[in-house]
Amino acid sequence: MDQEKLKSVLECLLFVTNRPLSLSELADIVGETQENVQALLREISLELENRKSALQVASVAEGFQFATKEGYGYWVKKLFRDQTTIRLSPSALETLSIVAYKQPITRAEIEEIRGVEVIGVLETLIERKLVKVAGRKEAVGRPLLYSTTQHFLRQFNLWKISDLPSLEDLAREAERKKAAEGVVKASEPVSEPVFESQAEIQDPQDSVSSEPPVKGE
Amino acid sequence: MTPQAYDVKLEIFEGPLDLLLYLIKKEDMDIKEIRISEITQEYLTYIGLMKELNLELAGEFLVMASTLLQIKARMLLPQDSVSVESEEGPDPQADLVAKLLEYQKFKDAASFLAQREHQSRELFYRNILPTFSEEDFTLDSTLFDLLDAFKDVLKNAGEEVKELLYEEIPLEHKVREILDLLEKQDCIQFSQIFFVAKPRRELIITFLALLELIRMKQVVAKQSEAFGEIRIYRLKESEPASILSEEKPENHN
Repeated sequence: MDQEKLKSVLECLLFVTNRPLSLSELADIVGETQENVQALLREISLELENRKSALQVASVAEGFQFATKEGYGYWVKKLFRDQTTIRLSPSALETLSIVAYKQPITRAEIEEIRGVEVIGVLETLIERKLVKVAGRKEAVGRPLLYSTTQHFLRQFNLWKISDLPSLEDLAREAERKKAAEGVVKASEPVSEPVFESQAEIQDPQDSVSSEPPVKGE
Repeated sequence: MTPQAYDVKLEIFEGPLDLLLYLIKKEDMDIKEIRISEITQEYLTYIGLMKELNLELAGEFLVMASTLLQIKARMLLPQDSVSVESEEGPDPQADLVAKLLEYQKFKDAASFLAQREHQSRELFYRNILPTFSEEDFTLDSTLFDLLDAFKDVLKNAGEEVKELLYEEIPLEHKVREILDLLEKQDCIQFSQIFFVAKPRRELIITFLALLELIRMKQVVAKQSEAFGEIRIYRLKESEPASILSEEKPENHN
């Protein structure tokens, strides 16, 4: 297939898909090497950028998909005015973090950490497709095991689970912030990102090797 | 005296560890150096208030209450008898601190995720509905934040009305009152809902009405910073995204 035609096909796939497509999936569909596909994805990205498109090729959840650039929230919400989803509650986020870091994990193990029942929250997370059942634990009662989904990676703009900062790093960061607050009483905007976002195209070396999500510690 | 059991089915997803961490943060304590006496006292006050409001208290809250009292009691025992015991048995205080430290880590992780989600909030994919709530980092008030503010309101409560004059005020009445207040303004301060020097009973019913409105997603309580002033906003039914005046696009090319 000629390169221009191939580029168009890729554009098409990136548009119709409703989930990020991995390099190997794309390469498989078009019958080309991953390196070639990757190079073309970069070209598509550059072209979009050069003509100041509102679209970009997002690299997330070890795959690629068209997404909007930032700055159009107002319009998109206007389109969806009656259909926005409610933000996750703090308890939902906390339960979600536990699953993300400790997966696969049983409900009882989550409750042990949170100190309270999580059944309702867990249902919400499953409904929102952020958490899924990932098998059963080989233990008494064979309880269900939970893990996060590809949708989770996408919603939080992560390439893979191991990209999450370690809990120790987070604790250290929280300590540092607390100490800083003690020195300077002025309230800083919290929007200072501690960890860089990863919405750019990954380097060829990074993306070609797609390891499965790292199991929780 | 507890008011009649109002059917406020508020689902409390927060547990005793959440409450403890909330109190620890509020009192600016270090988890590793909790002042057990103080914390226990505060914790019991909150539990008492929740019971008075007839909120469904998960069993875990009471178990924690007894754990705290147990730890406190141990501290009061003469040192020698304590050390003999602790050589064999578990150390409830150390256990509790370990649990709190671990849970705190995940709260930090949750903050990180929230921040992350916020940063990519305008990255829209096909078929994904945008998330409501545009305000940068305005915190939704938790139940404990509301209880905390309500405690202050109760301090200024008027005296109990004599039994003869007492009339059971229906919850709906108070719900209507709050909604009427929000008819004229986009938001009101928490304290505005509770008019001056009302009898305790009436204040409690008003508070329950507020909780009910929050549960039914007709209003939302927010603060601009942790332990800051709480404001109540009306959630317009047909336009869930326009709770605050519609944002005009700033980066409009």
